[in-house]
Amino acid sequence: MKEPSQSRAPQAAVALGVGLLLAGSYWGLAKAPGEIFMGDVQRIMYVHVPTAWNAMLALTFAFVCALSFLFTNAWKWDNRLEAAMEIGVVLSLLLCMQGAIWAKPTWGVWWDWDPRLTTTAVMVFAFGGILALRAFVDDPVKRAVWSAVACIVAFADVPIVYFSVKWWNSLHQAQSTPQTVSKAFHWPLRINAFGILFLWTGLVALRARVAALRLRNEVAPPLPERAPDTAGAPALGGAR
Amino acid sequence: MRSLLVALRKDLLLQWRSRTQIVAIFAFGAAALLLFSFAIGPDSLALRQHAAGFLWLGLLLASTLSLAESFEREMEEQALEGLLLLPASARALYYGKAIANWAQLALLGAALVPVTVVLYDAGTLRLVSLLGVILLGTAGLSAPGTLYAAMTAQIRGRQTLLPLLLFPLVVPVLLAAVKATSLLILGDPMGQLRPWATLLAAFAVIHWALGGLLFSRVVED
Repeated sequence: MKEPSQSRAPQAAVALGVGLLLAGSYWGLAKAPGEIFMGDVQRIMYVHVPTAWNAMLALTFAFVCALSFLFTNAWKWDNRLEAAMEIGVVLSLLLCMQGAIWAKPTWGVWWDWDPRLTTTAVMVFAFGGILALRAFVDDPVKRAVWSAVACIVAFADVPIVYFSVKWWNSLHQAQSTPQTVSKAFHWPLRINAFGILFLWTGLVALRARVAALRLRNEVAPPLPERAPDTAGAPALGGAR
Repeated sequence: MRSLLVALRKDLLLQWRSRTQIVAIFAFGAAALLLFSFAIGPDSLALRQHAAGFLWLGLLLASTLSLAESFEREMEEQALEGLLLLPASARALYYGKAIANWAQLALLGAALVPVTVVLYDAGTLRLVSLLGVILLGTAGLSAPGTLYAAMTAQIRGRQTLLPLLLFPLVVPVLLAAVKATSLLILGDPMGQLRPWATLLAAFAVIHWALGGLLFSRVVED
């Protein structure tokens, strides 16, 4: 197996992301005008909406990794899948928390059974469950294939969950896009969106390296009583 | 197709030979139905309103037992590996197992209906529609359930993992089945039954297709 890359690009992406996030949040908190109806409470939008976009993006990337792994059987996709799913779950969880913090002063309740809120919570449990599955499977080949399969099934389920909850109940306001928010709010929103994007891309790259290192230890365990050329071969199974 | 029928016959035979297990799972579901009433209190009007939810929650909880059991037996003496050596596709094995599980869950659901009627006074005369909802809902439970049971049966912590993986996934089934059953019990003035039944059918179709596509990777690698 190849040595994991030593490139510093992920660290640079993380630093850039943190910088952008600080700048965008400063802009959003201190410089942008307050919203007429919600006042300062609305300022959580500057992290909430970018978090939502990026949570979707991270889980979509996890889905792409799962498909790529099943088609190519290349370990790098399993490493990226693990990293992207962890980031996606963390971002979705943050999204639920930010939503609850915003909802209490605005709607008067922490939680509401609205389609996007409920779907996000379901996603946290669905993808969190797959991470738990990964923790329980010791065989690296089975772990990789099963989590890829489970990721595809869970991802395919997300739209059905969304539409079923939508028919069931609805209150959340329509998605915020640059078209639906005033121009004064655009820049902090965009800066934070790219800040979080760089942050998680860098973290995914770093986390995938950690996964690759762990895999190297698992796939080729030291087997002193066997000849070195056969060690690790049976454990690898069908995957390259 | 022939191998599917043979696989189905094998799974139905397995279930028939272990029918005490099915009776025990039914008793578990009925006990759960009894317990739900204690969460609401002895308000018969409120209980009747929530009866459909209780029925499907009881069925969902019981389904994890019966789904897990269906693969537990394949793990004994490495029976699954033996099956995979046969000149039959893994897809046929999957559909055989999923149809057998579907039959068992539908039977379980049908058996829990009288319990709901007695405990919560939640009867309906639209029996054919109710049976249809149970068939569609349990189809949606059995396809992803069979796929995940194949994974979790092979690892430690299986009792925790199957529900953890399955429950978030089947939220649409629970939602739509509860809504449809409620409409049957409490009346359906707006004619909303059909869209919910369609949602159940769509969920089932998508997951039966996905399960057939992905199962061979789950068991063969």
